[in-house]
Amino acid sequence: MEKKRVGPVIFSKYNKGEGVKKALQLGRENVLFEIKESGLKGRGGAGFPTSTKWMLTAAAKSDEKYVVCNADEGEPGTFKDRVLLLEYPELVFEGMVIAGYTIGAKTGIVYLRGEYEYMKKSLEDYLEQMRKDNLLGKAILGNNDFDFDITIRLGSGAYVCGEETALIESLEGNRGEARNRPPYPVNTGFMGKPTVVNNVETLAAVPHIITKGGEWFKQHGTDKSTGSKLFSISGDCEKPGVYELPWGTKISDMLNLVGAKNTKAVQVGGASGICIPKSQFDRILAYEDAATGGSIMIFNESRDMLHVLKNFMEFFVEESCGQCTPCRIGNVKLLEGIEMIEKNQYTFSYIKQLKELAQTMKVASKCGLGQSSPNPFLTILENFSDEIFNRNANGGHNGR
Amino acid sequence: MADKIKNSRAPVAQKPHVIEKPTDGGIGGNVSIEINGQQISVPLGTTILEACRMNNIHIPTLCAHDDLCMAGNCRICVVEVEGMKTLQASCAFPITAPIKIHTSSPMVRKARRHIIDLLLSEHYGECYTCVRNNNCELQSLAKEYGVDNFTFGHVEKRRYEVDRSSYAVVRDMDKCVLCKRCVRTCIDLQEVGVLEAIGRGYDTHIGTFLDKPLAEVICINCGQCINRCPTGALMANDPSDEIWAAIDDPTKHVVIQTAPSPRASICEEFGMEAGHSLTRELNTALRKIGFDKVFDTNFTADLTIMEEGTELLLRLKKKLVDKDPNVKLPMFTSCSPGWVKYIEHFYPEYLDHLSTAKSPQQMFGALIKTFYAKEAGIDPANIVSVALMPCAAKKFECNRPEMNASGYKDVDYGLTTRELAKMIKEAGIHLPEMPKSDFDQPFGEASGAGLIFGATGGVMEAALRTVYELVTGRQVPFENLNIEPCRGFDWIKQASVKLEKVKPEYSFLEGVEFKFLVAHGTANAKKVMEALKRGELSDIHFIEIMACPGGCLGGGGQPIPTNPEIRKKRAQAIYKEDQELPVRKSHENTHVKYLYEKFLTDGPCGHISHKLLHTHYTKRGKYID
Amino acid sequence: MLVMEKNALTEEIEGLVKKYGATRSSLLPILQELQKKHQHISSFAQQEVARLLDIHPVEVYSVISFYHFLKPNYVGRNIVRLCKTIACDIAGKDSIAKALERELGIKFGETTKDGKIMLEYVNCVGMCDQGPAMIVNDKVYSKLTPEKAVEIVSKLK
Repeated sequence: MEKKRVGPVIFSKYNKGEGVKKALQLGRENVLFEIKESGLKGRGGAGFPTSTKWMLTAAAKSDEKYVVCNADEGEPGTFKDRVLLLEYPELVFEGMVIAGYTIGAKTGIVYLRGEYEYMKKSLEDYLEQMRKDNLLGKAILGNNDFDFDITIRLGSGAYVCGEETALIESLEGNRGEARNRPPYPVNTGFMGKPTVVNNVETLAAVPHIITKGGEWFKQHGTDKSTGSKLFSISGDCEKPGVYELPWGTKISDMLNLVGAKNTKAVQVGGASGICIPKSQFDRILAYEDAATGGSIMIFNESRDMLHVLKNFMEFFVEESCGQCTPCRIGNVKLLEGIEMIEKNQYTFSYIKQLKELAQTMKVASKCGLGQSSPNPFLTILENFSDEIFNRNANGGHNGR
Repeated sequence: MADKIKNSRAPVAQKPHVIEKPTDGGIGGNVSIEINGQQISVPLGTTILEACRMNNIHIPTLCAHDDLCMAGNCRICVVEVEGMKTLQASCAFPITAPIKIHTSSPMVRKARRHIIDLLLSEHYGECYTCVRNNNCELQSLAKEYGVDNFTFGHVEKRRYEVDRSSYAVVRDMDKCVLCKRCVRTCIDLQEVGVLEAIGRGYDTHIGTFLDKPLAEVICINCGQCINRCPTGALMANDPSDEIWAAIDDPTKHVVIQTAPSPRASICEEFGMEAGHSLTRELNTALRKIGFDKVFDTNFTADLTIMEEGTELLLRLKKKLVDKDPNVKLPMFTSCSPGWVKYIEHFYPEYLDHLSTAKSPQQMFGALIKTFYAKEAGIDPANIVSVALMPCAAKKFECNRPEMNASGYKDVDYGLTTRELAKMIKEAGIHLPEMPKSDFDQPFGEASGAGLIFGATGGVMEAALRTVYELVTGRQVPFENLNIEPCRGFDWIKQASVKLEKVKPEYSFLEGVEFKFLVAHGTANAKKVMEALKRGELSDIHFIEIMACPGGCLGGGGQPIPTNPEIRKKRAQAIYKEDQELPVRKSHENTHVKYLYEKFLTDGPCGHISHKLLHTHYTKRGKYID
Repeated sequence: MLVMEKNALTEEIEGLVKKYGATRSSLLPILQELQKKHQHISSFAQQEVARLLDIHPVEVYSVISFYHFLKPNYVGRNIVRLCKTIACDIAGKDSIAKALERELGIKFGETTKDGKIMLEYVNCVGMCDQGPAMIVNDKVYSKLTPEKAVEIVSKLK
């Protein structure tokens, strides 16, 4: 199939089956070496070094290990995995096969969010073709020691299941409630066995790294953020869509690329990310500066930032699993605070209390959801305080 | 402990983490860590909370409980670990490397205060009107952290209706802090499976199947959830107002029977440490409150031994002499109403294995409104019969429709230890200072065998003391009548006693190895029943099962809090009281002998006994309509 | 529920348990298939699943109540889910919402009287560059206009 997307890494040319073939030739040690060389970090947003995750899982002693592909793409503003799964399934699935080979797993599971059920059939069809091509199933590419197969499991409408331990809980037939860590999934994952949970994009990078080398991958991006990133760009711009850009791209350059005009704010990292005002558009997109799982949402001058913030906090109130106190009740209190601001019934001292609460949520919550839901609250109130706290009597803002 | 891990239904990551490879640590599987500047050495895999407790460093907790698997969801116990960005739950963090911990840094103190403020902002109701006033973990935390205002407001309206459908357990979810202790108790510890978290996020609440009222689901009323709830969200169904009304009514003759477990633990409600029995002080207090008569449940415990022991021998005879294929062995005890409801729901096809003997409480109820009423010349319609029990399920038991052998409701109210302590305090009495006095006649004598019913293995021990002597004419061959294989808190105890040189009328038992099992906690009842299903228990004769961990002394009506240490002390008090009694075997209770001569004239398991002292059961099954 | 219906349901669930395995980790796929076929998972179905997987019915109910797409009560033959997260919101989801409510005569969260269509909001479905978007049963529709949305929905009536 003719691929119409262009990009330096993920969307660069790739021949089906090459990655698996090369990995089997290189052997496990060398595959780990290439991944380490590349400096690949998790592309779901957390940015954990992939080689470390794979090495720990490979070293764990167990009769059963698992590779899980986290396709629960639920972060508002993220749709890159949708594109990868629909248009580049070979990269994702071969990435899983290579991961399975490296860590010593026989089973791969794709946790596909329930909202993407419409693509399940095409993915199953593709897997069937892979089995026919001996890239999946028993004795892959004639290698009698290596069996690996992939099943697809659906989610059922829970953003929190994108968190790796909540995802594993969901696979085990439980409520999607995050676990205590340590122990980490690399030791105690699915069914208590060592498990690698990787984002779709992380896995998609692997076949490229194996065929072209970790050194090649490192040429793109920055020192701390190697390689490229798929950015899902949406909102007030002429050309929304998925763009592959190297890490280190300036926000202002990105805005020009997508035809964004009169931009007031850029939400980097989805609802759980930070909101960047015009004065900081010279910041770069990278793990060391403005990190993101790829979601970029652009808001122009006409948008009411309090309305945007309220939308985010309503999202978190609905999607919180409800297990731990700071996230379950804390998000509600932050939302209540926003409603007070809307009705002009707040005091600055109470807003200060809420900001302190937000700081506590960031460190005391049990999982990433509660730890990052305060981000939009803190950054929007900080960077747009003028607009928010000088609302006119009717609760409208300057732009309206 | 290893057994607890393996068989626990807790999710994988909540089980204590088993470490295989020691990392850079210390000598021989120990790790050297620093807590608040203090150097400490702990075994690999110890949680931070355990390490602190071992070294007298205080960390507040809310969802952690000694009997239950770890949860780590309240976040109160968070501590700062150097090098980690977020705070860690000390109850769930296993120590595998040398780390530096701060248990009370500014960030930690602020986090704990915020969490308490958040919980209080949701906590509907006031302490004044709550059953757990002065014994509430949320209240204690608020005091410890100097809460002096509702930082995030306070809820003004109820979100949930109080569920009063059950005779035993009342649920007020507006006071719930979602620690999930009740869920872990019901699903993991007891394996009954009635309570779970329902909904998601802010709408999460603890509920039953399809959010039905508790009385409509398969709750067995054991009340273990109440004992472990940190707040007033769960409480027992309290009849003390009605009892006060009866006491204050001059036309009513109010009698109370007291069970050994409440007597061994009510001291805890008066500021004393666990393990002091206040039996005879309690008699005085009860009369001062206004009860007309105070009877000893151990009397009917002795009676239960006579009835159940005879029933067992009859079954054995049917099996070994008559070779009757329909006789059901092993026979199970039936005095635990939680266990009875459990088997009625989960294993109804095995109900014939249950002894038909009633529990001591219900036997007493039948006797009081027949035998006692006649002897005392009182119209049974004016008798109000109260039972002081450690048990929540007894409230359900006395309301079972078949419990009216006397022609009236045999027992009117089941009263828990906690509720009676409240009544005593209301009357201005300080129980430990009361002078001692005896029980009332005609039911004032009871043996030590009846008394030890309160501990797990007690019924079995009491039965053995009598049955062995009945069959062989000799005392049971254990020093001081203390049958050690029955004692202790192992979940399932198994032992046997050989019956030799038996009396001629029991010749069919000559040489028989009398095998018995003792189990406590319904999770272990389940194991026993599953073994029975698989046919592995065909050579066992008698099985004692108590629904509550620890036996009745750990019952759902006992003082809160509960933990293994406290239950151990209560057991010690019970066994000590047994040692000090002059009569220690049920069949030597002269008043029991008198009862059989004068009233139950056709003997144990005879026609009259069957009518008053035996019962039948209901096949309930698990299906909920 | 009639005995015949119960027997059919039991048979169906036994088939699903055979397909996915009699372990707790099969719970979600089994519930998803029941949801797809019957648009809800009834009390009887929940208890049968619990019985065959050897878990408690309240645990099954707990899992169902956690996941947005699993329903314990019949909500409608077709479920129309409109995305309300910020990208679709600023792209104009409000006008779509109003049009749908007007067309079907119900508010969000309700089911039409004939039980054919349920309307509910959902959070980000991953169509942020082509909003507003909605999911109808298992199909996704993007770049909606009020007219297009109404057309899609009227085909379900």
